[in-house]
Amino acid sequence: MKIPLKYSIRNLLARRLTTAFTVFGITLVVFVFAGVLMLSQGLKQTLVSSGSPENAVVIRAGSGSEMQSFVSREQAAVIRSLPDIALDSDGQPLVTGELVIILNKDRRTTAKMANVTVRGVGARSFALRPNVKIIEGRNFEPGKTEMIAGRKAAEFFKGCGPGEKFDFGNTQWTVVGLFQAEGSAFETELWGDVDMVMPAAGRQVYSSMLFRMKQPETFEIMRDRIKADPRMTVDVKREKQYYAEQTQSTSTFIEALGLTVTIIFSLGAIIGAMITMYGAVANRTREIATMRALGFLRRNILAVFLIEAIVISAVGGIIGLAGASFLQLMTISTMNWDTFSEITFNFRLSPGIAIGTMLFALSMGILGGFLPAVRAARIKIVEALRAE
Amino acid sequence: MWVLRLIAKNAARHKLRTLLTVLGLAVAIVAFGVITTALNAWNTQIELIPPDRLVTRHAVSYTFSLPISYKDRIEQVPGVERVAYANWFGGLYQNDPKNFFANYAIGPENGIELYPEFVVPEDQKRAYYEDRTGCIAGQKIVDKFGWKIGDVIRLTGQIYPGDWDFTLRGIYRGAEVGTDETSLIFHWKYLDERIGQMYPGWSGQAGWFVVKIADPSASAAVCAAIDDLFRNSSAQTLTETEKAFTIGFISGLDAIIVMLKVISYLILGVIFLVLANTMLMSARERINEYTLLKTLGFGSFRVAGLIVGESLIIAALGGTIGILLTFPAADALGRAMSTFITVMAVKSGTLIMAMVFALLVGILSAVVPTIRALRISIVEGLRHIG
Repeated sequence: MKIPLKYSIRNLLARRLTTAFTVFGITLVVFVFAGVLMLSQGLKQTLVSSGSPENAVVIRAGSGSEMQSFVSREQAAVIRSLPDIALDSDGQPLVTGELVIILNKDRRTTAKMANVTVRGVGARSFALRPNVKIIEGRNFEPGKTEMIAGRKAAEFFKGCGPGEKFDFGNTQWTVVGLFQAEGSAFETELWGDVDMVMPAAGRQVYSSMLFRMKQPETFEIMRDRIKADPRMTVDVKREKQYYAEQTQSTSTFIEALGLTVTIIFSLGAIIGAMITMYGAVANRTREIATMRALGFLRRNILAVFLIEAIVISAVGGIIGLAGASFLQLMTISTMNWDTFSEITFNFRLSPGIAIGTMLFALSMGILGGFLPAVRAARIKIVEALRAE
Repeated sequence: MWVLRLIAKNAARHKLRTLLTVLGLAVAIVAFGVITTALNAWNTQIELIPPDRLVTRHAVSYTFSLPISYKDRIEQVPGVERVAYANWFGGLYQNDPKNFFANYAIGPENGIELYPEFVVPEDQKRAYYEDRTGCIAGQKIVDKFGWKIGDVIRLTGQIYPGDWDFTLRGIYRGAEVGTDETSLIFHWKYLDERIGQMYPGWSGQAGWFVVKIADPSASAAVCAAIDDLFRNSSAQTLTETEKAFTIGFISGLDAIIVMLKVISYLILGVIFLVLANTMLMSARERINEYTLLKTLGFGSFRVAGLIVGESLIIAALGGTIGILLTFPAADALGRAMSTFITVMAVKSGTLIMAMVFALLVGILSAVVPTIRALRISIVEGLRHIG
């Protein structure tokens, strides 16, 4: 016969303060564990959502990012004439050359400098990135020293808001509009006409080429064919994959440091649970022996104590996760190590993280509760009943 | 004396519980120490930068380079002693991003003399000067990859295309404990010649100038004088002390640093909960004893001392073990994260802080149990069943 669940819960309530301390310990660990994963997830989602599965990016072989890349005029011409490029409704190929540089800018909040990404774009860049939408002001006019700012760039950097002006390359640039891009990394960028940005930056060639694929599913074949051309010392990547790679170092850093620390101090919470459960067993030695004498089996007793530990950790897990979900309201602005430029993102809670965090919490409870439960189950009836 | 013995005996009464509590405390102190050490590592690097060194770079951002001819003009500025120039190479060893370490080209030949914190034996320095493709690397990175003098190190350029071979001619040690020993330095001339053949437009360019000045207190004036020189040229400059430059670079990571600090304090919260729980349980079991002591005429002060003393002993024990474990833990993390943190040196200040926090937690944990033990009336206490 099983011992009712109510018995376990009542026991926890009997020593409220001890239970509360243990629950709160697990809550803190869960909060940090979830926070670290949510931070890394937010960063990844921001960058991955920047890329479209139908687009391909061409950068110089081995350069890793647009920042260090350049595509020669000859290479650009070859790419423009590729038969794999999808056409728009007017029958024009959807391909563009872009220039990406970084500018030092003061942040609005602190006087400290950070790097804002400036992207020189072509007329087709907007068709290739349908998630970019002007929400205030107007688009830049080709041939003018005008820029539009991503809404996060406008918020964080001095001189980047609509109507504001800044100097770059011996000319003055005016921000004429604000755009949003569904939370992707473009929102921390400034966009201008590539033919105007190039002379200002003193560059003669594009950093990268971007095009829409006619058949995204045969990407690998197309890539190998392009790279087979000896003139093409380039890397061809799906845009989605390209952006996923742009966060590798930074997200590895966050995860490695964050998870090392959480695992170390989850030991603290496990030990806390263990102390509590050993205490519970010691206090109830006679009670346990009585139950055993009444005919309850060892495994029933084991279950009672394990359930108690699991309840503690589940409550701690839920409270910690609930607390962590409030982190989603926070916006983080930091340097992305892979591109040396500023990136802004939010903590993101995904179902996977929620499940992983709860499993983590429960395993803390099980690890903390198992040994005490075994001790409880192995109590010798006669001795325990006789003990004072 | 007997009080101390009683406290010690009390602490040893539930051996398992005390052991677990000490262990929990130790683990948390290790985590606290490691995080603080990691945060300190960045600060230490900044503190060690000599105040008489300035960095002149392109005003737009550090991805833009400056013409090498600026060197002669900067040297004319009053207060400037010597000028060197450098380019960030950004090569990957074995073409693997995981092997990241700083590598850059320095010119002219003896440009490395501007870095007194890099200590290179004289004969190795001479060998480096004589080899066009020679390089000097820090002891730590040499150890990490098992290089020996004379080895050829191949770096794959991310900024400068192709595979580049350098011969290891010297190994530098840091002049101070906190000096970064993970960089690789080679001749600017080699970079310039080879890149000039591939892309003629790229030759004669310096990523930044390193300017040694005579009087650190005049740095602001010298910075302004250098920038004024190039105010009306096509490539304007931005000059600041190397310290300020590095702080600016690291400030990009502010948000993450703040977060780590918050985590390190949450860890202290966890230790508090563990120790407070143990004390609460012990005091609950011993209510009868405490009341008995009171009946015998011992004052509240003595009884409180028993509880606080026990809590402090456990805290001190956990703190001490934690501090001892911080060294190997910091070392291990430093090795695992050598890409981001070049030096993990545990500071005595961190250890003192950890111990103070442990003892503080010890006192706080005893508060609730003490109040409970004191408040209970003698009759009630004697009747109390665990």
